Amino acid sequence: MTDQSYNFAYLDEQTKRMIRRAILKGVAVPGYQVPFASREMPMPYGWGTGGVQVTAACLVPEDVLKVIDQGADDTTNAVSIRKFFQRTAGVATTEATAEATVIQTRHRIPEQALTAGQILVYQVPIPEPLRFLEPRETETRKMHSLEEYGLMHVKLYEDIARHGSIATAYAYPVRVEGRYVMDPSPIPKFDNPKLSDSPALQLFGAGREQRIYALPPFTRVVSLDFDDHPFDPSKAPHDCDLCGAAESYLDEVITDDAGSRMFVCSDTDFCRSRREAGHVGRLGETAGGGA
Amino acid sequence: MTHDALTGGFSDAPTQSARAFRAILDALSRPGTIVTVTGATPPAPLSQAAGLVLLTLADGTTPVHLAGAADTPAVRDWITFHTGAPLVAAAQATFALGTWDALAPHDRFAIGTPEYPDRAATLIVELPSLSSRGPQLSGPGIRDRATLSLPETAAFKANHALFPLGFDCILTAGNRLAGLPRSTKVESA
Repeated sequence: MTDQSYNFAYLDEQTKRMIRRAILKGVAVPGYQVPFASREMPMPYGWGTGGVQVTAACLVPEDVLKVIDQGADDTTNAVSIRKFFQRTAGVATTEATAEATVIQTRHRIPEQALTAGQILVYQVPIPEPLRFLEPRETETRKMHSLEEYGLMHVKLYEDIARHGSIATAYAYPVRVEGRYVMDPSPIPKFDNPKLSDSPALQLFGAGREQRIYALPPFTRVVSLDFDDHPFDPSKAPHDCDLCGAAESYLDEVITDDAGSRMFVCSDTDFCRSRREAGHVGRLGETAGGGA
Repeated sequence: MTHDALTGGFSDAPTQSARAFRAILDALSRPGTIVTVTGATPPAPLSQAAGLVLLTLADGTTPVHLAGAADTPAVRDWITFHTGAPLVAAAQATFALGTWDALAPHDRFAIGTPEYPDRAATLIVELPSLSSRGPQLSGPGIRDRATLSLPETAAFKANHALFPLGFDCILTAGNRLAGLPRSTKVESA
């Protein structure tokens, strides 16, 4: 039930209109960061205030909302945002990727392929991919307007010169439709290929930095690389110890102080549905009860 | 101000505007898709869809330009009462509303600046009808190709050539609307 003390989806209508206009301009110019007047939310910056505002502006009463934090449905950030919208918008919630119409995510893209009609809302800490190379907003804005992205390639080259390969493992920069260089939020680079040509609409909200940007469905997104150092969406060379999946992104969990460890799917819904379907990993029997 | 100006708005703004926005978002993020909307009954000659777009997106911070036959006292009163949007000349408009011919010349609208391409106008183009027969569309939001009944192609080609600058269009006819952002490439059928 909606808490009647709040307007639908918490934000006032004037604020939602402002955010909605920013989202539409973001959709019209894929990858460009649209400034918006981010509001104070009843949670601190860094807890997904940008994503929450975008979600609030998009929600309709019929929506089914899923919230994930690093792939997990049951961590503090995911649980609290899910409860926030249950209370203020009265929407149904789910942990199943396929059932959700709006998915707010912190730093992962679900393993299960998204479908048309779904909206994926990313929480973004630093939306400007050039920020750590050029701290001045006036300059980065000029660099985007002139398509001057040489600095980013120098950064990737210096990675190769120093480490022998591109060492950026998350928030790996991408080029959208051959125009804007974009920060895909701190998703692991393993997820980068899923950004491109997705049937779902992808929206990005950065609350503290007051930026919204978007990838419409079927937008071409290319991870930056070099001919002799092609992009490599790497992951831990293991199978999931609970469900045995070989193709999912894994978290490493230390299990004792003697060096024992296990690898498990970061996407909890993906892992659980595989275990329910009978897949068992190396340690599956002992850990299966937690589903 | 006539009595009509006070009616025809949202009866439950939070949910009606939310559903209307999702329809507009769907249309603009999937060019070529035609969506059906309800919730607004603006005075003639505005279509329901055009009225709904203004109710959903316009307010005191977004200057609106009314072009040609859309610029009537009844429409002005209705927009002023329901949205509070200031009515301005074409060059200052965030939203411009009218038939395609009435909106001409189309290069008078804001197209944004190289550093702020979002500061561009959105044209609400009233059409007699909308169908998926017409010029070919391709680009972000479109799997391979889509088609949409556009009033012409030359102006949309010129607008796309300005990318990332350019205006964005919401095409309206009756209770249906479609989106044509500047990112969409238009080719004659």
